[in-house]
Amino acid sequence: MGRIAALTRNPVMIALVAMLAIAGCASKKTPNNAADLGLNGAGAATPGSAQDFTVNIGDRIFFDTDSTSIRADAQTTLARQAQWLNQYKQYAIVVEGHADERGTREYNLALGARRAAATRDFLVAKGVSASRLKTISYGKERPVAVCDDISCWSQNRRAVTTLSGAGS
Amino acid sequence: MKSILKPLLMVAAMATGMTAAGTLPALALVELNVNKGNVEPLPIAITDFQGGDALGAQISQIVTADLKRSGLFAPIDKSAFIEKITNPDAAPRFDDWKVINAQALVTGSVSKEADGRIRAQYRLWDTFAGQQMSGEQFFANDANQRRVAHIIADAIYERLTGEKGYFDTRVVFIDESGAKNARKKRLAIMDQDGANVRYLSDGRSIVLTPRFSPNRQEITYMSYESGQPRVYLLQIETGQRELVGNFPGMTFAPRFSPDGQKVIMSLLRDDGNSNIFAMDLRSRSTTRLTNSTAIDTSPSYSPDGSKVVFTSDRGGRAQIYVMGADGSGQTRISFGDGVYSTPVWSPRGDLIAFTKQTGGEFQIGVMKTDGSGERILSSGFQQEGPTWAPNGRVLMFFRDSAGGPKLVSVDLTGRNEQSIPTANFASDPAWSPLLE
Repeated sequence: MGRIAALTRNPVMIALVAMLAIAGCASKKTPNNAADLGLNGAGAATPGSAQDFTVNIGDRIFFDTDSTSIRADAQTTLARQAQWLNQYKQYAIVVEGHADERGTREYNLALGARRAAATRDFLVAKGVSASRLKTISYGKERPVAVCDDISCWSQNRRAVTTLSGAGS
Repeated sequence: MKSILKPLLMVAAMATGMTAAGTLPALALVELNVNKGNVEPLPIAITDFQGGDALGAQISQIVTADLKRSGLFAPIDKSAFIEKITNPDAAPRFDDWKVINAQALVTGSVSKEADGRIRAQYRLWDTFAGQQMSGEQFFANDANQRRVAHIIADAIYERLTGEKGYFDTRVVFIDESGAKNARKKRLAIMDQDGANVRYLSDGRSIVLTPRFSPNRQEITYMSYESGQPRVYLLQIETGQRELVGNFPGMTFAPRFSPDGQKVIMSLLRDDGNSNIFAMDLRSRSTTRLTNSTAIDTSPSYSPDGSKVVFTSDRGGRAQIYVMGADGSGQTRISFGDGVYSTPVWSPRGDLIAFTKQTGGEFQIGVMKTDGSGERILSSGFQQEGPTWAPNGRVLMFFRDSAGGPKLVSVDLTGRNEQSIPTANFASDPAWSPLLE
């Protein structure tokens, strides 16, 4: 397993992704995988590694405001995720649901939970075993983009599929 | 953990001999009608308490700050005072106070008892009627010096407005530090004026939405410490913590029932929706109150415990609903143009405070318990989460600006907004009952 793969389960890596996301604030395009976020080495990751998943598959999908519907672009990403996850069955999976800051705290916890559940259900419908999947909501407590406008809010309304470790 | 709620040793009101309003001729004593639409702040002179070195001036300063921040009083600058009070027990020269338009006058003294406690006493004078309105004395240990001042401020507030005060209270909140995308959140508690901050968690886990028990000794809050976010109880004095219930999924949005025997909260369902449950803290039995394929959250009991107000998006977008405490009769009460959340029932029972999102703004407002009579008290780019002062006349909430949230209070007129000083960013305030 590569060095970056090891870091994905490490807060340092989370901070790195977050910093890159700030840089992404200015761009109009909504990034939907780590390559868009500026991570190097697309295609260079070892197939089946967490880096491979993040860089080549795309670990996150985005939602419309106050919505839990899986958008068409997100469905494409999730179909890719499901295919990859069905190939590399050694990973347990935690789907994180997040909301932007334009809602109140408790409602956003519930909204993030619903986004995580919708994402989980989509992956299950695509053949990923439900027993491998857990969900957690962070509400608006874990923004990746921190400016005060819609370019950031759209990046924060997300569900992130995280690989919680081989085995289990 | 050190005791922070050591009971204040306090004697009952001292009959001062001069307090005999009931037997005096019917003089019109100064009073403030806080139910009038536009209250003119009452000019009041608060003299330095005699004795106790710097303590006397400090008590006077705390009383002054409390009364001023209420918006109902206009403390007169000390430099305008004519009479220098040397004996706080003797009648003042009322003419000296009338001439600077001090309609009420506070004198007092503070001293150290042989056993180390401090003794503070005050007298409140009606300068135009030329008589004493009230006088009391209180004993406290050193750690409670500020509380004595708040208790005196409450007594003055109550005597002049006819309403209970709210100064001898605390606020639990979330202290926030660090970058926005890596916030450290700590449970914290402080006096309502921002003094005496203490931390109740170490910041390693996300903690959210603390709320006071009516017994003031414990709080319920949500924490990510076990990985899955769940509701906990914390004994403030001992630091003892306890998971509330043994539910499979996320539990959140907790609040105590008015009798302190139950915690009401949201539980995440496997389908991604959230329903409201109440848990009896003694029997540990749980009762499901809602069962909708929607987000039902932010429940808050009416002060008599018979009803619950909550947020639900069952109608499409988040709105406010009321139901019986057994879940019966779920009825939508908010119909304005916008999204409504965080309803909180007033301790007086007459109003529900809420956050409303409309036109790109977040507003703090109140409505009657049937949803009528909506009034917006404060608008801003990002603000939410009102909590009531125990007398039901003031709300505290948090407002995001300049990089992070800070605490703000506003009274029911909407005209008196005050920022609450905190060292770091602060969110999720919850006001305690009066300490007593």
